[in-house]
Amino acid sequence: MSRIEVLKTYKMYIGGKFPRTESGRYYSLKNTKGEEIANMCTGSRKDFRNAVVEARKAFELWSNRTAYNRSQILYRIAEMLEGRKAQFIDELMQIGSTKKQAENEVFTSIDRLIYYAGWADKYQQISSSVNPVSGPYFNFTIQEPTGVVAVIAPEENGLIGLVSTIAPIIVSGNSCIVLASESKALCSVSFAEVVNSSDVPGGVINILTGNAEELIPHFSTHKDVNSMLYCGNDKKATQLIKENSTTNLKRIVVKKDIDWMKNENESPYFITKFTEVKTTWHPIEKIGASGSGY
Amino acid sequence: MKDFKIITVDQVGIGDRVSRITKRSVKNEAKIHGLRMALNMIDLTTLEGADTINKVKQLCYKGMHLHDAYPDLPTVAAICVYPNFVGLAKEQLKGSGINVASVATAFPSGNSSLEVKITDTKMAIDAGADEVDMVISRGKFHQGEYNYVFDEIAKIKETCGKNVRLKTILETGELGSLDNIRRASDIAMHAGSDFIKTSTGKISPAATLPVTLVMLEAIKDYYYETGIQIGMKPAGGISNSKLALQYLMLVKETLGDKWLTNQWFRFGASSLANDLLMQLEKQRSGNYQSKDYFSKD
Repeated sequence: MSRIEVLKTYKMYIGGKFPRTESGRYYSLKNTKGEEIANMCTGSRKDFRNAVVEARKAFELWSNRTAYNRSQILYRIAEMLEGRKAQFIDELMQIGSTKKQAENEVFTSIDRLIYYAGWADKYQQISSSVNPVSGPYFNFTIQEPTGVVAVIAPEENGLIGLVSTIAPIIVSGNSCIVLASESKALCSVSFAEVVNSSDVPGGVINILTGNAEELIPHFSTHKDVNSMLYCGNDKKATQLIKENSTTNLKRIVVKKDIDWMKNENESPYFITKFTEVKTTWHPIEKIGASGSGY
Repeated sequence: MKDFKIITVDQVGIGDRVSRITKRSVKNEAKIHGLRMALNMIDLTTLEGADTINKVKQLCYKGMHLHDAYPDLPTVAAICVYPNFVGLAKEQLKGSGINVASVATAFPSGNSSLEVKITDTKMAIDAGADEVDMVISRGKFHQGEYNYVFDEIAKIKETCGKNVRLKTILETGELGSLDNIRRASDIAMHAGSDFIKTSTGKISPAATLPVTLVMLEAIKDYYYETGIQIGMKPAGGISNSKLALQYLMLVKETLGDKWLTNQWFRFGASSLANDLLMQLEKQRSGNYQSKDYFSKD
């Protein structure tokens, strides 16, 4: 007797749980031959709102973890991804990658997680400074996470686009809500499963699927979102995001025409795009030879 | 104690009715109306050991100026504090129309003698409290000394007199079953309470929809029986707008419009106000709001 394959239900990832969209809508994902391979949730405004609530809660917890612990957990995501690489290669091939391309994308994704895991307890060291001031103060500047970051992930890549945007955002202690690639969403839900089994507290990473055009107005106007990353070339969307961000002065980062597979697109500077600068004046006795602070 | 019928509660039926309420959604105009109504029903509360003069002052200011950026907002119904802060709150709220409510009777445990409880209540009233929130003796209730519980409430009401409204806290989280909650509600109403209230907010579970429904049913039956209208105050754990609107629906459908004013229905809450304000701003501006833009206390 032939066996009927059990198809996977692809759901979204919000607050450490896998809910379906509250809107009840879905879209069909087709493989290169035009066959339907999965039904994906068409995430709505309310799904996003729920995700922001979870991300805000998680931010308190996650940003208070030690840098060392965040490093360990990012490394753990890489470990879990390594263990399930066959599934990801298969999913990438279903939506049009060749075997070689798929393998390359999965391996690069794993390596990129390791790369950013290493930066967790180091990026502050290279981006912070002790500043010379005229007076008896120890004056120093450090980077702190911005808060809740909303992300429109690159449309072209299913997995590497997701990893390359999430890792540098969360490594400093931010939490994020990511809208996955609409046409290549298959991996995004599987990636959420990897995240869920990697000690990442629920709500730090939230992954929605759906339509960018529909969700961008909500992503960019929500006042509890502190920063937004837009990966794409749409000029109109970019302008809309920038205009809407004025409601609460979100920090906006736009990345266009990026080949995420290239190593030049991983950088500690990408981490500091999603941090805020804090400068502290700490009164001290005169210690410099000149009589001023450092 | 007056002789009254002991009524048992259909637990499944209560659960069923509550689940029908929670599946509904309220939108647009009706939602705005409900949110404003809920704001106006809040007993803005601070009952911490760490309360200070400035915290109470700040809370009073908050009650009067909920969110000045939003035009024509109602104020809260009352500020609820410990007896030693009643005088201060009264002074701060002068001319605002906001009442001062005070907890009394060895709040929150209620484990003290009647004399101490009466003194405690007197102290609050002398300082100017408009409303007194008392706790029942749950230990005596569980020992079956219903007469004791009844007499205690009656004595405190006597101390309050006509002009000070008495809210009786049943502390439903410690009563065990819905049957007990119903019985305690009946005792409290027959003994002369003006309001019955779910919880102190000090233990969990505090107010829940099923418990509130049981108490509302008790109020309804008492009203049919005696013609006396009793108020209801769920307190503790009601921190978001959606839940607050569900409570209002429950009141509307159990008791009707007559109870939908802050004369007869209150929310005991501290963080609910900000959530209601955020929802109102969302309705007005179209954008989801952040806590960053609302005062904490």
